[in-house]
Amino acid sequence: MDEFKIFPEQSSTFASQVDALFFFILAVSAFFSILIAALLVYFSIKYRRKSTGEFPPATKSAVWIEVTWTLVPLALTMVMFVWGSRLYFSAYRPPSDSMDIHIIGKQWMWKMQHPQGRREINELHVPLGRAIRLVMISQDVIHDLFIPAFRIKQDVLPGRYTYEWFQASTLGEFHLFCAQYCGTQHAEMIGRVIVMEPAQYDAWLSGAGTEETMVQAGERLYRHFGCNTCHGVKAPTLAGLYGSRVQFTTGATAIADDSYLREHVLTPSVRTVAGYQSIMPTFKGQMTEDQLGQIIAYIKSLRGYKTETEQKP
Amino acid sequence: MSMLVSAPEAEPAPALRLGRHRNYLNSGYTVASWLFSTDHKRVAILYLIAVTLFFFLGGAAAVIFRIHLLTPKGLLVQPETYNKLFTAHGLIMVFFFLIPSIPAVLGNFLVPLMIGAKDLAFPRLNLASWYIFMAGGTLMIGATVFGGVDTGWTFYTPYSSMFSNSNVMLAALGVFVAGFSSILTGLNFIVTIHKMRAPGLTWFRLPLFIWAMYATSIIMVLGTPVLAMTLTLIAIERILRIGIFDPALGGDPLLFQHLFWFYSHPAVYIMILPSMGVVTEIIPCFCRKRIFGYGFIAVSSLAIASLSFVVWGHHMFVSGQSIYGGMVFSFLSYLVAIPSAIKVFNWTATLHKGSVLLQTPMLYALGFIGLFTMGGCTGLMLAAMGVDIHVTGTYFIVAHFHYIMVGGAVMGYLGGIHFWWPKMTGRMYSERWSVLSAILIFLGFNLTFFPQFVLGYLGMPRRYYAYPPEFQVLNVMSTAGASILAVGYLLPFSYLLWSLKYGKPAGPNPWPATGLEWTTQSPPETENFEVTPVVSEEAYAYDLLKLKEGGSGSA
Repeated sequence: MDEFKIFPEQSSTFASQVDALFFFILAVSAFFSILIAALLVYFSIKYRRKSTGEFPPATKSAVWIEVTWTLVPLALTMVMFVWGSRLYFSAYRPPSDSMDIHIIGKQWMWKMQHPQGRREINELHVPLGRAIRLVMISQDVIHDLFIPAFRIKQDVLPGRYTYEWFQASTLGEFHLFCAQYCGTQHAEMIGRVIVMEPAQYDAWLSGAGTEETMVQAGERLYRHFGCNTCHGVKAPTLAGLYGSRVQFTTGATAIADDSYLREHVLTPSVRTVAGYQSIMPTFKGQMTEDQLGQIIAYIKSLRGYKTETEQKP
Repeated sequence: MSMLVSAPEAEPAPALRLGRHRNYLNSGYTVASWLFSTDHKRVAILYLIAVTLFFFLGGAAAVIFRIHLLTPKGLLVQPETYNKLFTAHGLIMVFFFLIPSIPAVLGNFLVPLMIGAKDLAFPRLNLASWYIFMAGGTLMIGATVFGGVDTGWTFYTPYSSMFSNSNVMLAALGVFVAGFSSILTGLNFIVTIHKMRAPGLTWFRLPLFIWAMYATSIIMVLGTPVLAMTLTLIAIERILRIGIFDPALGGDPLLFQHLFWFYSHPAVYIMILPSMGVVTEIIPCFCRKRIFGYGFIAVSSLAIASLSFVVWGHHMFVSGQSIYGGMVFSFLSYLVAIPSAIKVFNWTATLHKGSVLLQTPMLYALGFIGLFTMGGCTGLMLAAMGVDIHVTGTYFIVAHFHYIMVGGAVMGYLGGIHFWWPKMTGRMYSERWSVLSAILIFLGFNLTFFPQFVLGYLGMPRRYYAYPPEFQVLNVMSTAGASILAVGYLLPFSYLLWSLKYGKPAGPNPWPATGLEWTTQSPPETENFEVTPVVSEEAYAYDLLKLKEGGSGSA
């Protein structure tokens, strides 16, 4: 991690794909840059002014030349566009079996929680070869979680979840940086990613003793805040809610994702689910960002109990 | 000289023909004669002095933080100070040097001269623009001196609106005020170019510098108000705590980024289009040849200006905006690359079978093409969304925009200053010193910023006052380059001042070049032309220059 080099290590399945496109554009760029530079030098020498009275005849520009050097770059850039977009989409579409690790950014530290409950600060232990999705939110300003060796980066916003995913392909320790300026100690909001053998990772997970899993913590909070006194009684049960399409009294719909659930816990009156009354109190200021993440993890875990009436919304 | 100039027959010989040595510089020596002058040439000189001051202020901030970055833990300053230094550098260089540099200095000086007019359409408004600019600059310097600002020049929310304890409001007010100067200058140019062209000077006979200024003015007039509104919204959130950008108050932080880049991406073209215009004037002169592809270069300026308004989202590929939105912005960003490429090819083709003389302005123009091409090509990497994920927010992007804004815009500005200095002052500078400085700037620039591409791809984030030790070698190279660059920039300041007193008289057309500005004396008289010129040729009729030069010699 600390020795001098001029090219970063490729430590995720995504890294080599990014580098391939980078080298393609680099090759095209180098070709045109060198061509232009060589022509400028060649013309400057070959057509240098030999006497002050020299006035060369005007040359006419031809439309075919202009069209050629418009269309050739256009075609090349369209290749870059399509290739770059495909990569981008794959960067935003994690495999369905990926494991979620929850990350909270705050001035100036990263707080991580693994689904099995283990927490860490400014360090991220991950198993080799497993797709990991980072579910990220900020407690204050915008941050950005950047892991150069994996070629991934994503802004971490206050008020809503953002995601990035990777599959580590080499063991080792790698830099983790905040890449969005976030105030005085921005440069110290850094850490390490530690890629381990899956067995080692499992051992590491259980190394901290008896911690609740995120879902267990969420379930405890669910009862603690009294969510169960209404939901499933006079309010819709939350089973199967995650990932479904919800319709509101206004007729608008939305997919119930992490950000939707978070918004609904904090400001339930903004969008009321069709068929119900807006009676849910706000939990703004009562739950920490960690607890919100745990409750959402719990709601997410409630799958497959849908009854007919619950499917109505 | 090449534009066939003759007095219209209907007009009698000018009654107010001035003495040979009367000019705009010696028409008054009092401070008031400068501060209250509405002569576009004097206002241009006022701007020249102001932007030079801002350039050295912004540069001084860069010198301090480059020295600081010599060691991984930082050498000189505290984190707060470092953050304030890069913010001051960005704000001053972008809003108080790059944006006004060519339009307000060279544009002010040249637009009326190039189109055969006596002044801009609104001379008093022009002077007022300078005062507004200075008011904005004073606020900015005040914000920097009395505590500083630590948000970065981008003012990202909610950091700027709810978290920063620095002089955000004062700095934003400075930018807000200076923006009006930009709007009014743009308005003045648009009206002037439409209404005050000399008889016979049709649109497609205009110098391409005028086309570039026209395209730039459109962006200034349409884009700057959006910046003003955005800064106002920050003020509303910061002072009145009304939620606009901060989610804790019910706002949306991405809204700010959309609004900010809606102005600030076109603003990149406010900085680069004028430089392209300058280069397009210099190259035909030092090749003694008509510019290749006049129409394509002219229209490409307008294409750039139009497309520049619909690519802002490429600053936000990792911000959390819609991925389909990102795709549209990536596509449009590739489109805006095409007109720039067309210009580069046409400039290069102009050298073909020309009569090339590598004097200082031409060196800057060639340097511009090389560095701008590299800046543009790295832009192709940033527009590829998959690659952008990795390189955005790192030194890669810092290097990229410095290749465009310093390698491009500043090289163009310096090329233009060297090209028109004899016209502005009537004096020649030392060719030996100016060639030396052009070479130093080119080398120093590359040594400063090329290592930053490597640093960025390795993953060093921007705006870091400390960094992991493996990045030190490249940072030291960058600082070494910056010190060469600093010397390179101080040289012109010295020999150009020297030339004012000791330089050889330039005569009306020293290079010689075509274009109406070269048909009048150097420095021009207050009224610019003794008689209104009548134009019957395109601005780049270098084949006719031969007849003129062979004949009379000077106007």
